[in-house]
Amino acid sequence: MAVKNKKLNLKDKYQYLTRDMAWEPTYQKMEDIYPDERFEGIKIVDWSQWEDPFRLTMDAYWKYQAEKEKKLYAIFDAFAQNNGHQNISDARYVNALKLFLSGVSPLEHAAFQGYSKVGRQFSGAGARVACQMQAIDELRHSQTQQHAMSHYNKHFNGLHDAPHMHDRVWFLSVPKSFFDDARSAGPFEFLTAISFSFEYVLTNLLFVPFMSGAAYNGDMATVTFGFSAQSDEARHMTLGLEVIKFILEQHEDNVPIVQRWIDKWFWRGFRLLSLVSMMMDYMLPNKVMSWSEAWEVYYEQNGGALFKDLERYGIRPPKYQDVANDAKHHLSHQLWTTFYQYSQATNFHTWIPEKEEMDWMSEKYPETFDKYYRPRYEYLAKEAAAGRRFYNNTLPQLCQVCQVPTLFTEMGAPTKLSHRQLVHEGERYHFCSEACCDIFKHEPEKYVQAWLPVHQIYQGNCEGADVETVVQKYYHINIGEDNFEYLGSPDHKHWMSIKGEKPADENQDAA
Amino acid sequence: MSIEIKTTSVEPIRHTYSHTARRFGDKPATRYQEASYDLEAKTNFHYRPQWDANYELNDERRTAIRMEDWYAVSDPRQFYYGAYVGNRAKMQEQAETSYGFCDKRNLLTRLPEETQKLLLRLMVPLRHVELGANMNNSKIAGDATATTVAQMHIYQAMDRLGIGQYLSRIALMLDGSTGAALDESKGYWMGDQLWQPMRKLVEDSLVVQDWFELTLLQNVLIDGMMFPLVYHKMDEWLESQGAEDVSMLTEFMRDWYKDTLRWTNAMMKAVAGESEANVAQLQQWIDHWEPQVYNALKPLAEASVGVEALDEARAELSTRLKKVGLQSQGVSA
Repeated sequence: MAVKNKKLNLKDKYQYLTRDMAWEPTYQKMEDIYPDERFEGIKIVDWSQWEDPFRLTMDAYWKYQAEKEKKLYAIFDAFAQNNGHQNISDARYVNALKLFLSGVSPLEHAAFQGYSKVGRQFSGAGARVACQMQAIDELRHSQTQQHAMSHYNKHFNGLHDAPHMHDRVWFLSVPKSFFDDARSAGPFEFLTAISFSFEYVLTNLLFVPFMSGAAYNGDMATVTFGFSAQSDEARHMTLGLEVIKFILEQHEDNVPIVQRWIDKWFWRGFRLLSLVSMMMDYMLPNKVMSWSEAWEVYYEQNGGALFKDLERYGIRPPKYQDVANDAKHHLSHQLWTTFYQYSQATNFHTWIPEKEEMDWMSEKYPETFDKYYRPRYEYLAKEAAAGRRFYNNTLPQLCQVCQVPTLFTEMGAPTKLSHRQLVHEGERYHFCSEACCDIFKHEPEKYVQAWLPVHQIYQGNCEGADVETVVQKYYHINIGEDNFEYLGSPDHKHWMSIKGEKPADENQDAA
Repeated sequence: MSIEIKTTSVEPIRHTYSHTARRFGDKPATRYQEASYDLEAKTNFHYRPQWDANYELNDERRTAIRMEDWYAVSDPRQFYYGAYVGNRAKMQEQAETSYGFCDKRNLLTRLPEETQKLLLRLMVPLRHVELGANMNNSKIAGDATATTVAQMHIYQAMDRLGIGQYLSRIALMLDGSTGAALDESKGYWMGDQLWQPMRKLVEDSLVVQDWFELTLLQNVLIDGMMFPLVYHKMDEWLESQGAEDVSMLTEFMRDWYKDTLRWTNAMMKAVAGESEANVAQLQQWIDHWEPQVYNALKPLAEASVGVEALDEARAELSTRLKKVGLQSQGVSA
């Protein structure tokens, strides 16, 4: 036996237990075994420089995760047995869960698939193993979310067919196209998009609002899931940071490529998060913090520090972050007033905020709410009171890239609609912003493929030409149950009967 | 006598998700059902993958096997993530006891030098085969569409990493955690003639594109001969060499293999049972790969327990395949 008598330290031991199992192939060529590693132009000089972001062997993984699962499912069982849904702050809260289950949970599954893929694509075994662990974690999140919300689905509408809706419903193409974009990219872009831009830079603006929202609103099942997933998320964030530093340290030619990806994915993520902004400000009866506060803490401060740290690699903060920073005063209000008009085609309800809520928003948005948005709600409330609850029957113009309706306004000009257009190979394309238009210009061949829900309806690809048929038959939104105004909805009546405020039409939940 | 706690009874408006109800009816569903069916995106994909523009994301055509509904392949163990890690946590607890015991009593280092060398040459290099299996199963999990199928493969991928780590620990126990024994063992993998056919086979498997061909090759054909050969027949042979304590360290692999037979058999049954065309395709792949697997393991068998043992393992596999209407060589034994 070779002479070597120094005991391995933890780091080296972990390397022996992971990447040392790999070898230099001689019967097949590297580029045949790892065909996807080069086409993006990223240069990796030496995979051995990869720092394992965490050191978890499989035996420890099984052990820790099993303990977490055991505790989590004990809470789920207790929650269901004691009808925990009756203890939430208000049934309006459940609409945040509807948005989560149809908008976010399918992304967890897509992440499982994406990380399984990159868990094979890299020639560096250390990176592969870290990605595979995230793959199986993401599967966990996708599945535990189904279980966390299973009980809600039994007592509220709008949660019943989330994966089906995710593939079809107009606003769900925002998260779907986001993840399709990442999964259809190469492995390095996928990690820059999801591990770095999403998990590391923006996760506190997605995960935390939903889970804190659950905590503030008495949703024990979801918040327990949140706590249970926290240590997984911490691992994923560590991976995100390691990925970006590793790529940047490997070769200077990687810097401009990564910078472009950061610009793109910051913006893609920011647009996706606009859905979260309205959830935070409008859908949580007990509010955690405002979107604008969250953006300041989690992006402007934390993100600011991060990009300061990355300066030494030649990376600057994302292009158009000033637009995003300015938008924090408007975003949630612009989104909610839009969704309010299109509730006939969503799997969740909308409503006009109550007086105390409007006062809260005046306080949180002193420069904008009273001036631009309160008058809209007052008008809409008056219309609703006169029996003319407003629904917009014209389908919205969607942005070719982010697929949000072109509803945003120009930076510094909150009454001027932000809209760009571009003719590419004889076709005209529309965008919500300069940033989305930029993304398109760089990869037109990708974004011309986008499956835009409104176009698809007009082209007759959604089982009908009128909204009602599309909503019911194609989307599987149960008309009069899942959609429309919250006040007077079955969820609302049901909740009142739980609270003993007024008997509901049917005696479905009576004690 | 029983005590009765009064609770409010609450009637649900539905018993499960619509996508679960479409398959199983609107009745309380199992955790496996709610976690495993129809969760993945199926249609309206936005962009073609830049790494493979011939297909869409989640494209069923990534394999030549055709299923009316891939959810016909499901897991008899009903493993969703929670059930999976729960099961493996129990298995690892037992393994930990054995490894701890072995380590504490110096059961491996007490073996004659020659026997230690046998372990490093004949058993520990299998950690590299495990890493290949890990990579292959991760690819399959990324390419397979139905969640029931994809999740079994990510579990399998992580299991193989785990088994590779257990094998590595055998070497670390032998060298007192210096890494020297692992280096020596890797040298055999890279250069010893005994391992070259196997290393070639593993490298060849890493360029297989069709994910079902790959699961057949990896999880049915390679494992189907290798696990019985190594962890049963070689295990008995090691016992005859005075190394019966090693058995404690491979118990995990034996239990694990028994467990995976349940899902691999069920998968083969469902896929072969679907159509004649599938049977023909599977048969073609078996004809191509099965003899290569046999030849790859032959030097290992010759250097240890003998070729008859490999023939028996081959016959075992043949019997399994025959049950689903597939033929393979080697009932000659």
